[in-house]
Amino acid sequence: MREVDAAQITGIVKRLCIETNCCLPGDVRERITACRACEDWAPAAEILDRIVENFEIAGRDQVPICQDTGLACVFLEIGQDVHVNGSLTEAIHEGVRQGYTEGYLRKSAVRDPLRRVNTGDNTPAMIYYDLVPGDQIKITVAPKGFGSENMSQIKMLKPSDGLEGVKEFILKVVEDAGPNPCPPIVVGVGIGGTFDKAALLAKKALMRPLEERNPDPYYQQLEEEMLQKINETGIGPQGFGGRTTALAVNIETMPTHIAGLPCAVNINCHVTRHKTEVL
Amino acid sequence: MERHVTTPITREMARTFRCGDSVYLSGVIYTARDAAHKRLCELAAQNKPLPLDLKDATIYYVGPTPAREGQAIGSAGPTTSYRMDAYSPTLIALGETGMIGKGKRGPEVIEAMKEHGAVYFGAIGGAGALLSGCVKKAEVIAYEDLGAEAIRRLEVENLPVVVVIDSEGNNLYEQGRRNYLAAREK
Repeated sequence: MREVDAAQITGIVKRLCIETNCCLPGDVRERITACRACEDWAPAAEILDRIVENFEIAGRDQVPICQDTGLACVFLEIGQDVHVNGSLTEAIHEGVRQGYTEGYLRKSAVRDPLRRVNTGDNTPAMIYYDLVPGDQIKITVAPKGFGSENMSQIKMLKPSDGLEGVKEFILKVVEDAGPNPCPPIVVGVGIGGTFDKAALLAKKALMRPLEERNPDPYYQQLEEEMLQKINETGIGPQGFGGRTTALAVNIETMPTHIAGLPCAVNINCHVTRHKTEVL
Repeated sequence: MERHVTTPITREMARTFRCGDSVYLSGVIYTARDAAHKRLCELAAQNKPLPLDLKDATIYYVGPTPAREGQAIGSAGPTTSYRMDAYSPTLIALGETGMIGKGKRGPEVIEAMKEHGAVYFGAIGGAGALLSGCVKKAEVIAYEDLGAEAIRRLEVENLPVVVVIDSEGNNLYEQGRRNYLAAREK
């Protein structure tokens, strides 16, 4: 069995927290630039220019792209044949603590949802563990801003609502959100599973590269249709009108119960951040 | 219309802005978001003095990242404004004339803006690195315990904002979208 020290995990999480907050992933940069080229409404094009300028400044000067450096969502795929010496969970929290403190990132976590005292170091991380074959550990840090998180919704649709029900719900969530989540947005959709699994699928959908479509042609077509429909709403960049409302619609699915059709829509802003490292 | 404006914004000035105006703001503005708004309104409810003078004041809804050595402020873009809707009518009645944020506002805020004379500006959400460069000086003046949510006095130069809702209640989120869709129909 392969042995790994927890301290190595801390170092990686720390570095990923800092890097992903200052440097937008290549696929997101490319998609924003491509949408700018297709944007035919002048005020919208001007906003997209400023959004491009912003991520260029952030990368060059190592300033966070957005002041909301998010709750630190950390996804781990842990090989069954690797053993971590020390507390893995504590090692992740420590990485977030060090990254957000030493990286001049904003501390946006409160200890209790109702009593609301800031924890001061952006811990705890929101951690998601998956067990996979092999002896490697894949670590993804995806800081999630709450301007867009707050605009996300889940609905337990009926099987009879079917495909049309799913389409209507996705469009409703985008319409309800309007200018609030800083469009152009990325729309993560989770369909199936249970109440909680659908939400997790939606969150994971946000980390799929924007140029990658669902491998199932049925869902690929749905992704493309929904992207087109969302971009016909006219909400536009920042909600001031225009073509570019969404950069991508990513849909993930899983089996579900005979009585159910859970559908979750997790929205991300144009600052869709995630970075992965394999140990 | 493009305008260069230096704060403070008086009630009379606030009424001269029109939805869709592109404005470059300079001068002193204050930061406050959820927690600070709550405290200010609690003080106001008890008729206690506030830690800042709200007369003709502009408040920027922002919780910046910490500044590095040599920087005035870290990343500093707007946060979503509707969370301040419960508090804004009180602050507007106390003298606030300008709000900078992003996203929709509730009818109670728009009514207060019309009644007293106030303007709601939108800054580009998610453009914190770009907007950071417009802040020349930042100083915490209240609620340091709130960290990023403390009230700061900012000196800004040519902060680019757009008038989203004017003192007559005209709304760029409605107008801009309508205009774009109408132009596309042609």
